[in-house]
Amino acid sequence: MSTTTEPVPAPGVRVAPVTQARVVRAEWIKMRSLRSTTFTLIAAVVAMIGLAWVVGAATNSHWSRMDLMERLRFNAVDRSLAGVHLAQLAIGVLGVLVISGEYATGMVRATLSAVPRRLPVLWAKAFLYAVVTFVLMLGAAFASFLVGQHFLATHGTTLAAPHAWRAIFGTAGYLTAVALLAVSLGFIIRSTAGGIATLFGLLLVLPGIGLLLPTDWQKHTLPYLPSNAGESLFSALPDPTALSPTNGLLVLVIWVVVGLVAAAVLLKKRDA
Amino acid sequence: MIEADGLTKRYGEKVAVHDLTFSVRPGIVTGFLGPNGAGKSTTMRLILGLDAPTSGSVTVDGLPYAAHPMPLKVVGALLEARAVHTSRSAYNHLLALAATHGISSSRVHEVIDLVGLQDVARKRAGGFSLGMGQRLGIAAALLADPSTLILDEPANGLDPEGIRWIRDLLKSLAAEGRTVFVSSHLMSEMALTAEHVIVVGRGRLMADMPMSDLIARASTNTVAVRTPSATELAAALAGPDVSVVPVDGGMEVTGLTAAQIGDRARDLGIALHELTPKQASLEEAFMDMTKEEIEFHAATDRLESSGGRA
Repeated sequence: MSTTTEPVPAPGVRVAPVTQARVVRAEWIKMRSLRSTTFTLIAAVVAMIGLAWVVGAATNSHWSRMDLMERLRFNAVDRSLAGVHLAQLAIGVLGVLVISGEYATGMVRATLSAVPRRLPVLWAKAFLYAVVTFVLMLGAAFASFLVGQHFLATHGTTLAAPHAWRAIFGTAGYLTAVALLAVSLGFIIRSTAGGIATLFGLLLVLPGIGLLLPTDWQKHTLPYLPSNAGESLFSALPDPTALSPTNGLLVLVIWVVVGLVAAAVLLKKRDA
Repeated sequence: MIEADGLTKRYGEKVAVHDLTFSVRPGIVTGFLGPNGAGKSTTMRLILGLDAPTSGSVTVDGLPYAAHPMPLKVVGALLEARAVHTSRSAYNHLLALAATHGISSSRVHEVIDLVGLQDVARKRAGGFSLGMGQRLGIAAALLADPSTLILDEPANGLDPEGIRWIRDLLKSLAAEGRTVFVSSHLMSEMALTAEHVIVVGRGRLMADMPMSDLIARASTNTVAVRTPSATELAAALAGPDVSVVPVDGGMEVTGLTAAQIGDRARDLGIALHELTPKQASLEEAFMDMTKEEIEFHAATDRLESSGGRA
């Protein structure tokens, strides 16, 4: 058939081409219009600051009873930022849900009909969630540090303490990496339960299982797991076997890039 | 304008759509008919690029859907399965879709008014009835004022008033020069809406013709006749293209109109107690058309699988 199609006159409806910026705007509307987003992000912030409060208060009141070994291992910066371990749960769950929620409800069909080239959706979701996570968690880490300082100042917690700033930025950076890994797994696995299980298997379970490896293998594998690489980034007093902060950051970036590339390939290739 | 060429989709072993070639023209409503599971929804997903065809191709206005810079302006789609996040309000759902194409929020309000959802637009879409969900889907489809509309079972869950509303809406959209492609498993509903029909059964093309032709094909000229002089009349009606079948208390005549039979009886002075033209319903004709295909392939599939595995 070679019939020419007459364009339909559309008075009043102004329509513009789909661009990456417009898709970011659309994803921003989606992100802020779900209550679960707000609640989960609040949970992450509360986890960070709340734990700093509890740990700081408890440590302060027990200081006189702590033995020498405990005091030597004690690091006020790390104590203040202990909430990172809790916050990563909230950040990880939400990152998976941002995508798996669309697959569970069927929303993804509307999303991909509007943006049939698909990849702009992945970049928009990843970008927005990374920015939101980094900004919020940087604020939360800084607040946690100040809360910790309030209780532990006499034991060496000031912003001038060694590695204090690096630990604060490292916390936000690690949580951003967790956010991006979660987004990638959301696209790769598409189910909420599967995505969350895989993410926390990678972050929390694998380091434990790794300890069963022969000892001389461990030092070539364990530091490269995302949670351990992150630890080298946000810990002011890292494990001696850990990577340097720069290498830790590099390893995290590689994890994130691999995740995003896998997500992009599968999103483009698979039926929606 | 939608053009499918040898469109085929397999999911593993299962063939959902087999070698479909058809085109859907602008300016009329084209019905897409077939029993549930015939491949209608799959075909629509292929048009929108949600699924990739195993072989063949399909274009809208000359290009694959995904190649258009403003896809929503080209096709507005309502898919059978819901495509809305249940925790988001109808307004925010539409606003997010609009943002991808730089469409203003005033247009979002416009389509909400058009489908009659203004009272519930700020409520969670998860709480919507099936009918409200359909209206929201239609609002999303109309958002960018598309030149082609693809609607999968739009009448699903609508009350009679809603069904009339959607019928009128589709006709007016087509009258504005748009391509309107509507699937249904109900022939009777399509007969009222569509000017042209494409019929599929088990993923294969069964018919592609004007609705009037399909209706003509469906109407067999059978006339029920009752008379005290049955033998005499039967003999008088006999002819090369005429069949007379005795049935309980009378006979069924095929090949002559009721008027011809009545005239013949009057000429012979035969009294008629009943003279009723009978039309096979569209639904029956449609069932017959798709049933054969289903049975045929069910039989060959059995043969193939028993032969292949032996």
